[in-house]
Amino acid sequence: MNYAFIIAGVLLVVLNIAALLIWLERRLLALWQDRYGPNRVGPFGILQVLADVIKIFFKEDWIPPFSDKPVFVMAPGILMATILLTFAVIPFAPGFLVFDSNIAILFFLGNSSLGVYSIVLGGWASNNKYSLLGAMRASAQMLTYEVFMGISIMGVVMMADSFSLKEIVEAQEKTWFIFPQFAGFLVFLVAGIAETHRLPFDIPEAEGELVAGFHSEYSGMKFGLFFVGEYLGVTLISAIIVVMFFGGWMGPAFLPPVFWFFFKTFIFICFFILLRASLPRPRYDQLMEVGWKILLPLALINILATGAIILFL
Amino acid sequence: MNMIFYIAAFVSIISTGLAITGKNAIHALLFLILSLLSISIIFYILGAPFIAALEVIIYAGAIMVLFIFVIMMLNVGLEKEMEKKWLRPRMWILPTILAAILLINFLIMLKTVHFEKTKEVVVLPKQVGISLFTTYLIGVEIAAILLLAGIIGAYHLGSQKKKVIHRFMEKN
Repeated sequence: MNYAFIIAGVLLVVLNIAALLIWLERRLLALWQDRYGPNRVGPFGILQVLADVIKIFFKEDWIPPFSDKPVFVMAPGILMATILLTFAVIPFAPGFLVFDSNIAILFFLGNSSLGVYSIVLGGWASNNKYSLLGAMRASAQMLTYEVFMGISIMGVVMMADSFSLKEIVEAQEKTWFIFPQFAGFLVFLVAGIAETHRLPFDIPEAEGELVAGFHSEYSGMKFGLFFVGEYLGVTLISAIIVVMFFGGWMGPAFLPPVFWFFFKTFIFICFFILLRASLPRPRYDQLMEVGWKILLPLALINILATGAIILFL
Repeated sequence: MNMIFYIAAFVSIISTGLAITGKNAIHALLFLILSLLSISIIFYILGAPFIAALEVIIYAGAIMVLFIFVIMMLNVGLEKEMEKKWLRPRMWILPTILAAILLINFLIMLKTVHFEKTKEVVVLPKQVGISLFTTYLIGVEIAAILLLAGIIGAYHLGSQKKKVIHRFMEKN
């Protein structure tokens, strides 16, 4: 019974946050670009998302006749399912956790690697040259960055001596892992941005070159799922960063642990949005080169150093 | 637990069958991924969560993506007629006989050998790591050498002379 409440609560909060992020992003971008952004619907324009959702529901949900229909319909669902499933293993506060798994990190990595399918299949099933190019870039980019993502958090696993996210948070009672694992944090952050294919790494959808990349052919609520999925991904990566490197729910005791968790996650979400406002998009081959030539060696050296220190201390 | 096993096994068998008989290459691969996922559930309920996770991350998440990547680039699907021509019924005879022999062998084995019921012991990732790097160290090292050979081979195949492309002429 208790679990049912937690699951329903997590789903409700996470989906609403993702929807609100669309508004937040537009407002923050506007702030940094010295303009207003959406400010007409409701107080501070906060109901803009609701208006957008109503609009998107009334749009024609067109499935291109030349597409591979079952795969085309399935692709956005895979994205939502894999991201929402991962929220099951995130410890929001002591006792506020759906599933305390002893392979939580692997569960997260597995789900994020399955998430690649939604983009690859969506792009392929659209049967459109731009979509296919986007899907090709997405699969190369996400496969590459998955590797560093997995390797960069192994330092944390070694220090916490567990794959369980709950135990990782508890191991950060004294010091947050950002300090001993700074290299791992950097690699994970870059890989996380690439994995959610957010700007500046939105190469699969690069609207300047590829129309809208893998979701060029999507309309109506299917496009909406891809769109919300992107914000869900941002929330997920921010939450994982907070859990692994910034002590999860730990914080001064005058406020409840859940507050600290959401506060830290919120800061990272804002950081993601700031990245969008400030950085230009790299070229496809530059992204690959940085990945394999800098981030991979950095992550490996981080593991080696962490292992050596743990062994000799 | 038994019920979960039977559901996962059922899904796995059906999807594997569909993966083999499917005409559309991408759809067949999707069924194969489904089969891998259901096998990972079976691993999990057998008490091997680490292997279950690796099954998803490595097989379903990495290797199958590469398969799909390649097939996506090849634009297969037009070759359905060709495939019908290539795969004549006569070709099935020898593999079917061999598989039938194996099946008979398996049935006899089920009849004669008495298996102990598997104990439900959960093997944690830590134990897997410890046994990999102590008892089975030689296996890990052989796999590492094999992968290194693969990397060197791929590098050799993929290496090209650096091309300098000028606006008006191409230097090699």
